[in-house]
Amino acid sequence: MPDDPADYLSFRFKPFAEMTEDDYARIGFRCGLEVHQQLLTAKKLFCHCPAGRYSDVFHAEMLRHMRPTLSELGEYDGTALMEFKTRKDIIYHINRDTVCTYEMDDTPPFHLNQDALDIAIQAAMLYHCALVDEIHIARKQYLDGSIPTGFQRTTLVGVDGTIPYKDRIIDIFQVGLEEDSCREVSDIGHRRIYLADRLGMPLMETVTGPQMITPQEVAEVGEIIRRLARSTGRVRTGIGAGRQDVNVSVHGGTRIEIKGVDKLATVPILTYNEAMRQFNLIRLREELARRGITPETFQARRDDVTRILRKSRYTPIHDSIAQGHVVKCISLKGFQQLLHWPTQTDAYFGSEISDRVRVISCLTTLPNILHSDSHSDFLAASEWATLKKTVGATDKDTLVLVWGSVQDTESAAREIEIRAQEATVGIPSETRQAFDDGTNGFERILPGPNRMYPDTDLPPKKVTEERLAMLRAALPEFYWEREQWYVELGVPEDCIRLLAISQYAPLFKTAVQEWKLDPTFVAIVLIQLPKSLGRKRIATENLSAQMMGEILQAFKAGKITREGIIDALTDAAKAGRFDDDMLPRPANESEITGWVEEGIHLAASIGLKDIEIRKRAAMGLLMGQLKGRWPGRLLSERVDVKLAEWM
Amino acid sequence: MSDQESYKGYRGEALSTLKNFGAMVWSDVNIKTKRGLFTGIILPRSETADPLHIVIKLRSGYNVGIASAQVEAIEVTGRKEAHYKIPEKAFPFDPKLPRVKLFGTGGTIASRLDYRTGAVIPAFSPGELYGSVPELADICNLETEKLYGVFSENMGPEQWRGTAEAIGREIERGVQGIVIGHGTDTMHHTAAILSFMVQNSPVPIVMVGSQRSSDRPSSDAALNLMHSVKAAAESDIAEVMVCMFGPTSDEYGILHRGTRVRKMHSSYRSTFRTIGDIPIATVSRQTISPLRQDYKRRRFDRNVVINTAFEEAVSIVYYYPNMKADIIDSLIDNGYKGIIIAGTGLGHVNKPLYPALKRARDKGIAVYMTVQTLWGYVQMYVYDTGRDMMELGVVPMANMLPEVGYVKLGWALGQTNDLDKVKEIMYTPIAGEITEREPSNGYLILQGGIPEVEEFISKVRK
Repeated sequence: MPDDPADYLSFRFKPFAEMTEDDYARIGFRCGLEVHQQLLTAKKLFCHCPAGRYSDVFHAEMLRHMRPTLSELGEYDGTALMEFKTRKDIIYHINRDTVCTYEMDDTPPFHLNQDALDIAIQAAMLYHCALVDEIHIARKQYLDGSIPTGFQRTTLVGVDGTIPYKDRIIDIFQVGLEEDSCREVSDIGHRRIYLADRLGMPLMETVTGPQMITPQEVAEVGEIIRRLARSTGRVRTGIGAGRQDVNVSVHGGTRIEIKGVDKLATVPILTYNEAMRQFNLIRLREELARRGITPETFQARRDDVTRILRKSRYTPIHDSIAQGHVVKCISLKGFQQLLHWPTQTDAYFGSEISDRVRVISCLTTLPNILHSDSHSDFLAASEWATLKKTVGATDKDTLVLVWGSVQDTESAAREIEIRAQEATVGIPSETRQAFDDGTNGFERILPGPNRMYPDTDLPPKKVTEERLAMLRAALPEFYWEREQWYVELGVPEDCIRLLAISQYAPLFKTAVQEWKLDPTFVAIVLIQLPKSLGRKRIATENLSAQMMGEILQAFKAGKITREGIIDALTDAAKAGRFDDDMLPRPANESEITGWVEEGIHLAASIGLKDIEIRKRAAMGLLMGQLKGRWPGRLLSERVDVKLAEWM
Repeated sequence: MSDQESYKGYRGEALSTLKNFGAMVWSDVNIKTKRGLFTGIILPRSETADPLHIVIKLRSGYNVGIASAQVEAIEVTGRKEAHYKIPEKAFPFDPKLPRVKLFGTGGTIASRLDYRTGAVIPAFSPGELYGSVPELADICNLETEKLYGVFSENMGPEQWRGTAEAIGREIERGVQGIVIGHGTDTMHHTAAILSFMVQNSPVPIVMVGSQRSSDRPSSDAALNLMHSVKAAAESDIAEVMVCMFGPTSDEYGILHRGTRVRKMHSSYRSTFRTIGDIPIATVSRQTISPLRQDYKRRRFDRNVVINTAFEEAVSIVYYYPNMKADIIDSLIDNGYKGIIIAGTGLGHVNKPLYPALKRARDKGIAVYMTVQTLWGYVQMYVYDTGRDMMELGVVPMANMLPEVGYVKLGWALGQTNDLDKVKEIMYTPIAGEITEREPSNGYLILQGGIPEVEEFISKVRK
């Protein structure tokens, strides 16, 4: 809390667009990032499954339960315990082409993918990190089932780096390399389904210090990190290939992690809402204290009220009782109106409670609670009155109803009390998930520091001086230096940002400096043409830098015309290779003469009188026919000559 | 404290660097290197790792190795030694529940990883087990006794005898079920010999282990333990069994007959399979479902026959094409009294071995033939080679598994040197090690890729 708490607490959040830097400074906004990027390798990190192949098709299912293991101090890790409380059946969908017995945790790991390690080291070099001499693989426990082993194999390659931002330096705490997790398909009741295809993909994690002081800064720094890594040309792009965890805190708040945010553009609104939530929860604690409710004086009671609500017309409760389920009522003493206390934009403290019930007690059908602070008429006033009387509540209390199986409602009642009591302490440590509207919801309790274990399946791996020297020699220039050079060269503006982080950036340099090709032309070939092919759903990811280089050299050698390049790219992308036999055969003299004749006849025959229009029509026909087998400039001359003959 | 303790595991260059700066293991340090600054706790180093690196645990929980050649300075700021203990909770006693004895032989069914050093600490006392698998208390009143602390591959005749005798003692004391924690590699050897050494048991004897250590959230250990304890406490199957995962999924376990079971995959959870027959039963947390009725039933007496005879000079020879006679000769010359051959096909070896086999016969060595196909019977009449070999004294051993043949021959030779008597013992089925018939579902190895199998796999959780 800052020096003047009263002044701090008197602050009121403004709409997102109206918040100023001073406002964020006043609440003590602090944010750090964990940027995750998939690496462009052929195979996965610890096995030989192909990387980057996704499909919803699966051939087999596997069921696992995750069990917490004892932590160092003989206590279960907070997250671990929570996940165990949920007792989920975790089902994995397994595609035999993308998942082997390693991902299923039925075969020990193979050696760490050297390509992936190289890429991560290069990124760590770009962030000026202190590099690790000997790589040790760790197991980081996850009990949500997103990894069938129950842990993620992860390692550090560098620590203590920096990146430049505005006029200051942002710390890079660490650069790590880890395996990606499963994709969640659904999570309903006690059954969570995952697709295992993404599991085991090499993922690089870059962790910054908590040095961003406005939501906009967070997105900008994220962009720098992503672009730096991409400038190696060996990072995957596209949907899901880059995701970040965002850590937010305010004065007097708690470091809260919002996990798996895939679009940087949404980071500002998400962090704004989280800052607001923390600030409002601090205000809620003060309000509770004002009412005399502290962790010590907190009071609640639970009652089974199934009998009282047997005739309720509120559908969820009615249906639940009809199924033989029960309704529990939790009375929170002195909480009147506090479940309607605002937390985020259009979100209230009641949803913090509903979230816990959904995640921990597996009551996933919403609404899953009903409380007396909600200004709804789902329950008749007489029903509330009977309930109050039965559980001995007064107008100062809040009643929360929850319905479901005996076991789930017992766990829910406990969670409701726990979460309400936590409000008297402040902001519980938890990880949160991002919602599309820019708000966030509870995901799970923040894992403790005790969930890191050495991986006994793999020996440490030495990073040799020779390897480091080789990687350093192949390091890209900083993308901002490249951009500056492109501007000087007059590269089209819409190519600059993309080219600077493209895998083709080194090729561009060679083509311009050594092969003396025109920078604008090369930039168009490397950036714009693949982009336009991509729009036609042609697999441009097949176009390796080497293939592009061969195509540019074929052009330089006169084997392809300027117009023929797009076809060469198309063919190469489709075939996944580029050979001389794929080159268009240059047209010979008699073919040219014949086609020019034919083209002009055709243009004349459809009644085009104007000579210029007739020429353009003829050219259009001919260019399509020749498909780059003859330079357009020469063709134009030929047509001119022929047209002149006709006149 | 000795240097060995203070600088645990460090040698050579790394050791001198640490000594140079007075930085002992468990020191909280700032290490200044040519590459940058690392802050954390110095960990012991694995004895087998190179002498060039210092391992520290960073604040983030990650371990990293720092080349001692890169180190410029180490500043010691404190010390944090890890002391490691598994929490114990008294195992509750419920007079209504059966008494089950759990013997430990060294496999780590329940264990816990020391997160600093990577060492595995076994949880074994009832209190420790209750701390990690509290569900056990709903099934039985558990007592435990650590018999050995050896890896599975180091289990041998001495441990087999000791285990059999311990089982005998417990049965006499009136325990209602026995569970034996065992490493999985040689669990089927031990299951087979216990099937011979412990006869006519009135109670279930269930062997169990885990394919994934219990320090992993997805370990099969807890569920295997629950299944095996349930089978020991509640089943009416009074045989020596192996209880391990049926499918790789956390669904149910299989109770395999001790003489027909084999570890068939180096790492899968569902590695144990009954060979040439079907298992006795399946077991889940809720029920035990027999798959057959011809098992020995639980009794309420305390009678058991313990026969721990064992001749150690027995070997298995796994035949391969072009095997030379010297392999058999060396066994003869080294005083072996029994040889189990795992022959090809129906039970064959090549002609060049014949003189050696003849020598073995003349020296009074018991030679028995089993099949390396694992499934199927030895049949030495079909081809001449088989008949030739029988003339040389090689005895066909029906459908006994090679490992089972090995322990049974050791057990038989432990009782008598009379080869006719040995043969009688070998041919008298004691615990299903030879069966009269192989049911049509006794050989089912699903072939992946075949349409009907793929259809099955897509419908049934594996």
